[in-house]
Order: sequence, then structure tokens, then C-alpha cells
Amino acid sequence: MNAPLIGARIPRKEDYRFLTGAGRYTDDVTLPHQTHAVFVRSPHAHAKIKSINSSRAKSAPGVLAVYTGDDIAAAKLGGLPCGWLITDVNGQPMKEPPYPVLAQGKVRFSGERVAVVVAETLDQAHDAAELVEVNYEVLPAVVDAVKALAKGAPALHEVAPDNTCYVWALGDKSAVDAAFAKAAHVTKLEFVNNRLIPNAIEPRAANGSYSRADDSYTLYVASQNPHVERLLMTAFVMGLPEHKVRVVAGDVGGGFGSKIYLYAEDVVVTWASKQLNRPVKWTADRSESYLSDAHGRDHTTTAELALDKDGKFLAMRVKTAANVGAYLSTFASCVPTILYATLLAGQYTTPVIHCEVTAVFTNTSPVDAYRGAGRPEATYVVERLVETAARELKIDAAEIRRRNFIRSFPYQTPVALLYDTGNYDATLDAATKMADVAGFAARKAEAAKRGKLRGLGYACYIEACGIAPSAVAGSLGARAGLFEAGEIRVHPTGSVTVFTGSHSHGQGHETSFAQVVADRLGLPIDSVDIVHGDTSKILFGMGTYGSRSIAVGGTAIVKALDKIVAKGKKIAAHLLEAAEADIEYDRGVFTVKGTDKKKMFGEVSFAAYVPHNYPHDKLEPGLNENAFYDPTNFTFPAGSYVCEVEVDPETGVVRIERWIAVDDFGKIINPMIVDGQVHGGLAQGIGQALTENCHYDASGQLVTGSFMDYSIPRATDVPMFEVDTRETPCTHNPLGVKGCGEAGAIGAPAALMNAITDAIGAKDLPMPATPQTVWRAIQNEKAA
Amino acid sequence: MAVRVSFKVNGKSVSSEVEERTLLVSLIRDTLRLTGTHVGCDTAQCGACTVMMNGRAVKSCSMLAMQAEGAEITTIEGVAKPDGTLHPMQAAFKEHHGLQCGFCTPGMVINAIDFAKGNPNPTEQDVREALEGNLCRCTGYHNIVKSIMAGAKAMAAAK
Repeated sequence: MNAPLIGARIPRKEDYRFLTGAGRYTDDVTLPHQTHAVFVRSPHAHAKIKSINSSRAKSAPGVLAVYTGDDIAAAKLGGLPCGWLITDVNGQPMKEPPYPVLAQGKVRFSGERVAVVVAETLDQAHDAAELVEVNYEVLPAVVDAVKALAKGAPALHEVAPDNTCYVWALGDKSAVDAAFAKAAHVTKLEFVNNRLIPNAIEPRAANGSYSRADDSYTLYVASQNPHVERLLMTAFVMGLPEHKVRVVAGDVGGGFGSKIYLYAEDVVVTWASKQLNRPVKWTADRSESYLSDAHGRDHTTTAELALDKDGKFLAMRVKTAANVGAYLSTFASCVPTILYATLLAGQYTTPVIHCEVTAVFTNTSPVDAYRGAGRPEATYVVERLVETAARELKIDAAEIRRRNFIRSFPYQTPVALLYDTGNYDATLDAATKMADVAGFAARKAEAAKRGKLRGLGYACYIEACGIAPSAVAGSLGARAGLFEAGEIRVHPTGSVTVFTGSHSHGQGHETSFAQVVADRLGLPIDSVDIVHGDTSKILFGMGTYGSRSIAVGGTAIVKALDKIVAKGKKIAAHLLEAAEADIEYDRGVFTVKGTDKKKMFGEVSFAAYVPHNYPHDKLEPGLNENAFYDPTNFTFPAGSYVCEVEVDPETGVVRIERWIAVDDFGKIINPMIVDGQVHGGLAQGIGQALTENCHYDASGQLVTGSFMDYSIPRATDVPMFEVDTRETPCTHNPLGVKGCGEAGAIGAPAALMNAITDAIGAKDLPMPATPQTVWRAIQNEKAA
Repeated sequence: MAVRVSFKVNGKSVSSEVEERTLLVSLIRDTLRLTGTHVGCDTAQCGACTVMMNGRAVKSCSMLAMQAEGAEITTIEGVAKPDGTLHPMQAAFKEHHGLQCGFCTPGMVINAIDFAKGNPNPTEQDVREALEGNLCRCTGYHNIVKSIMAGAKAMAAAK
């Protein structure tokens, strides 16, 4: 029998093709008779379109067509749908203004699609796009959520004259207010959770093609969830039968949320491919990614924590204005509500919590889920409040957390979630030990001798992953199910192809999922291949986001494996001339209980496909099973991060000296891959806190529209990470797994800002803590 | 106006008609169909388009195809041995999990090979500074740095 594969540090099966240039990303697909599309985008954040003259563009060399909003309207293409209905505090549905795939009479953010040019070559399309004349009447714009709520602010949509999408609340407000009234201490912070631009290194791309032969479409697209893309596009936008559309998301160069959504470009190239009867390809250049990918975060928040004199949390009160941009992106509405307010208990027993969220339309790119999606914002609220309260009450920052940890499970929070399990002491104890917190004072003193300011910060995060029990999500407004599907196809000679609705765009599913299957079937890992990302091959899928793949997609595969083993037992019983009840199975071997009689998995699979000696009266031939799995609860990964920084007071430059991350992801399939996920998440969290900021000027121009202006971390901006794990298995899925994809991005910003504020002695500091911001804060502290 | 450009790619002579404005990366990807070289930005920041030209790592998105006249170019498709065996730097990336989505990887590997030729035993800081022109959004660079440190040693040992 082979060594156990679950828990093994196995190099990735997918690496060879990526390392040799054999990956196949969407832009690598060039079809016979390929044409190329370039979008004409609005240069204004808010304007009426008075007229469009595309006659010069249409007669330019190589141009096949120019389409505008009028063509889209004539074709009766619907707008892009939002997949989650939020009901406001008055029981009214959120405002859902139409989101046309090409602008209809008005543009509402700079970069919005106004027209598309399709030509024989990309250069010809670019040249002709310059010739499309759009006559705009520029309108006043508003980019800031708080300003958009002010009286007299420019209104974006007729259906939302006050720019309010919804006002939503969670929690018992009167109980919270009562607790605050008698609290010994109240800690209050007001801050902005800065707007971010996801920046997967592969830009979005879509290549639509149409076949007259069978009236069907194929869309190659850089997507995290091809089935959802197909469902939304066919049912809600194009009115096509789902079975006539194949969506292929092959290799995808990073997503981080930005490739979850149905985008206008995907619809337009698909539609245009039928008009021209030729494939139409569009690939974003980086400027277009900055302008038109869904952005993340952008909360303006007032947060208060009520405590007793011993640092015990009594209540939390949070009020947030969430910028949703100009239109509602696919999951925009659930991010600052369901994925945010429900996480405000964190790891603590805070008995009452109230959160009110106002979602606001502004003249900016739509905002949606970006790595962590609501949970980083919640963690920032909780962990900045907790650390600040500890400082104000002069209680050690780790100690105040321990005084409030949840220790009894299952635990019902006051904000709807039921934590199944956790051990927060274990991760915090390990992290403080690894970080040598005891030696910090000496290190701080030593740094001071060199004229440097040393600081230490914690973040103890929790997240809700494994999204999601469909019935729960549905009751909260989800317009889709959130199960996952998997299929195990055992071939006659015993090798296996696994089809999964999860999608890998860097997560290494081809390896970790294969480990699960090969381990259970007692096969070498090379005998198991994972197929994902093609609606024509995979029975269904809800895709990858919310750290759900192993917990939901992996469980669907396990459920299918259970069926394989159950059928295998019946076949083995027949071959071994034993009762089915007497057959035992362990990793590839079927044994008659209490004897040495056995059949190997390969023998059983062969018998299933060459059924000469086979129980035909009881069983069908073949060995192929599928399963759908709908989780019964969320999973709750949690962990403790400790960050130590040194600040140069002369320049304001922050250097991360050490980063310790101890996470509890439950059972781990491949620790090498998990460590890599944590590293990447940490870097994105560090990016938010230290270098990244999406900035629109007051007129709505995106100022940070390139890698030169919007600073994603470079190799010199991040340290080597010291990561470890503790294991409290999830109680409600068979693998005991919780998910690990977002943790780093969720916990890192708070830990880093806690460390920097500790170093410079400021109560708060806006993100990102650039040298200028930090230097100014130091000067302010000196002046005060 | 079309111009003819001739050079060697991965040991093979190629000759192609291009527009004067055609970028080297477009010729490599769209005409020669060597799609392992990627385009991740339009400002020469991300480094996904890095190829080896006359033994040095260059960004093929910020060169005209014409500038490659007479050059010897190696793309990621030409890095492994003809029998498919990985180059020591490619092997180090696999061993140390120096890639996730794979999109920045070709540029990372090519740049790392160029760097390692002159730095057989680099420090962590050397490697981080050498990655100034290559962006990765997945790995947090941790395992890329480890990969390049190990790959550089392996390249030196294989000499």
C-alpha cells in the first residue's frame, strides 16, 4: 500500500506545464478566423452621451463592425444581474439600477464601455477605436461614499435619487445602546478601509465564438466560476438556452475575486460572435484592468467597543458607508453585509453587536468581493478596536484577547453565525511564543538606541468560509445555490479522472484534490487527474471563491468516492464470493473480513468494465459516480498573526522585521500549498496596509491606473514569513477541512497597522501607511 | 509599412513580416504562437513578458520586433532540455512551490536564470532586489525567493 497522501508535501502536478510555457490561458486561445475587439471607454466619470458617430471607424481598414448601446438595446440584451438581494431596514428590496453591457445614454464611471470595435487584427481594432467620436455632456461626479450621501450630491440613478442602494442592519440595537450606556470604558475609532484594485497578473480576457451548424456558442474566459458565468449570461442577459452555451475557463492567471463576476465584455464578445459569425477575442490591457475590474473594500466606518473595567467586551457598535461603485456587480450587495457584519464577533464573546451599513452608488468602478470580501473589513474593525482598547486600558494586547476568547463550542454569536469549533488560545499561544513577545521590550530598547521606533501588533482573525449552506444563503438573499459538484470516472484499468466544479486559478487543486482521491483509492497520485473549468465536461459547478474549494468542492468529491467504494464493495463481494456486509475497504484493497481474501481496486474496476464475471442482476456495469454537496454550515478558519516592525522616524519608512502567522485551517491536505496560500494572502494584506490605494480624483478620474501609480507589493516590500498551523478539524465535513485561501489577506492589515501605531505611539493611522503618512503622523504626535 | 525581421528563437531561425510598430512580444505570441511568454501590463512593470535575448533577460513588451533582427532569443519554451527535462531553475521553482497561477512564472524563471549566471550563491536580499522588475500577486514572493536561491546553487553545481 502507498504512503498516506493526505497531509503530504507533494510538488504540484500542474507545475510542469506552467514552468515550460505550456499553460493555456484565455488569451493563448486563437481560433480559426479569429477577430479582435477593442472597447471604447468613457473618459468621463459621469456624462450624458449626446451622440456617437462611428462612421469613420466603420470604414477604417480591417474593421468588421462597431457596436454601441443602441445595437445592444435593439438586440434586447439585458443588463448584468446582481446575484444577491439585500432587504433594507424597512423591509424594502435594495435599489437595482440597470447595468447595461454598453452604456445607454449615460456613463457613470470612467472606463465604462461605450462602444466596441471588431476588426481583423488587434492593431486595426485599436486604430479604429480612436476614430469613434462620442459627444459627451459632462455631469458633476461624486466618488466618495460619504459625500455621495450628502444633500445635493450628483445623483447617478433615477431609481436611487439619494445614491443609496440600501440601508441594512444586523443585531439588537437597543441592547447594544443599553450596554454602552453602562460601560466603564468605550473605545472609538473612525477610519477608512481603503479601496483596492485586485490586479491578478493575467488581465481579464474573453473569446466568444458561435457555430451556425448547431446554433451554439463557446466562450473562453478568464473566470473563477464558468458555470455561474454561463447561468447568468444565458438566463439573465442573453436569453439563450443554457445547453447551447459552453464556457471554458482553462488556465486562469490569478483571480482574488476579480474573476468571479459576469462582465460586460464577456457578454459583448459572445453576442458579437453570432452577429459576425466569427470568433471575437478581447483581452484587457492593464489600464483596462485598473479601470474596469471590480474593485475591493472602500468602507468608511465608525466603530465603538464597550468594555468593563477589566477589559471584558460588553458590546460593539459599527456604522459603515460602503461604496459599491456605479453599478451593482455580481455579488456586490452581500459583501459589505452578509460577509461583513456577521464576522464582527471575531474570536470573542462580545454579547451584543449592532452594525448598520449604507451601500452607496458613486461614479467609480463597481466594487465587489476581493480576497477576503467583507471579512478583512470586519477583522480590521474588531482587531483595531481590541488593540486600541488594550492600550487605553493598559492591558497587555494578548491578555485582553485571552480574557474575551470564545472557549465553548458550538458557539452562537450575536451576529447570526454558529461557530462549530475552534481553539483560539492554541494559535495565539503559539504565535506569541514564535514571535518571542517576551523579548520585545529589549528589542525595542535596542532599536531606540539606533534611533528607530519598534512596534508589535497582533491580529486574531476569524473567517466564515466553505460558502455556503444554500438554504441559509437563500434566506439571506442569495439568488443562487452554493453547493458544489464532483464526478469520479474510474477507467477500466484503474486510473481515475475527477471532474470538479471548483476552479483552480493558482490554488493547486490538480494536486490537492488528486491527493484526496489517490489516498482513498490507494492509487499513485499520477493515476489521478483533475479536470476543471469547462462546462462541457463538468456536470455543474459553483466555482471558487470564499475559500470554499476543499471544504465544499472537496467534500463533493469525497461523497462521489463514497459511492465508488460502495459499488466497489458489491463488485468485490461477487468476485470474492462473500456477502457484501463482510467486505472491508481500506485505501485500494477490498478484503473479506477476518480472512486474507482480497481484491485490489484495479481488479474491481476492471471487472466493472469487462463484466464477464459480474452480478448483472444487481448492478450496472461501469464505475462512474457523481455527487452534489451542500454544506450544513460555514467553516470557521481562525488564527493569530504577530507582526514586528521598525519605523525610521526620519523618513517614515516602515520595515517589517518579522511576521508570524499561526493558522487553524482544520485538516490540511498539502501543507506546501497551504503555506503558499498564506504567504500570498499575507502579501496582499500587507499591500493594503502599506502600499496599495485606489485613488480617484474629485472629477472621477482614476489617478492610480497603472503599476507605476498603484503599488502592489514587490519582493523588497515583504519579509520571509514564519508560518505554522494548529489543527481543530471542522466538525461538519468528512475531511475536517476549513479552507485557507483568504486568511492572510484577512488578518494582515490589522496586525500591521497595530504594529505601526504601537511603534509611533499614534492612536490611529490611515491605510496605506506610506512613508509620507507615517512621517506626518510622527510629526503630529510630536506636536501633540 | 511591413518590414521583414529575421532572428533565432529557441535555436530555430525564423523570419517574419511585421508592421514597424509590432512589439517583440506580439511577434512571439501571435505570429510564432509561443504563448508561454505573457503580457501582464502595458508599462514594462510586471515582467511576465521577459525573454532571453543574446543571453540577457529583456522585456519583450518594450521592444519592437525589428530590434530583434539577428538576435538569438530564448523563450520559456526553450529553457528545458530537448527531452523535456527541466532546467535546474525550473526544477527549483517546482521543488520550492515558487509558482501558483503560473502567469508570472515564465518571466520569473528567465529573469532568475539571467540573475543566477552572475550570482551563483545569492543572499535573500540579492534575490529580492533582482526581482524589482517582476511582479507576482500569488506567492508573496516567499517561495520565489527560496526557489531562486536554490536554483542559483543548482545551476552553479551543474556547471
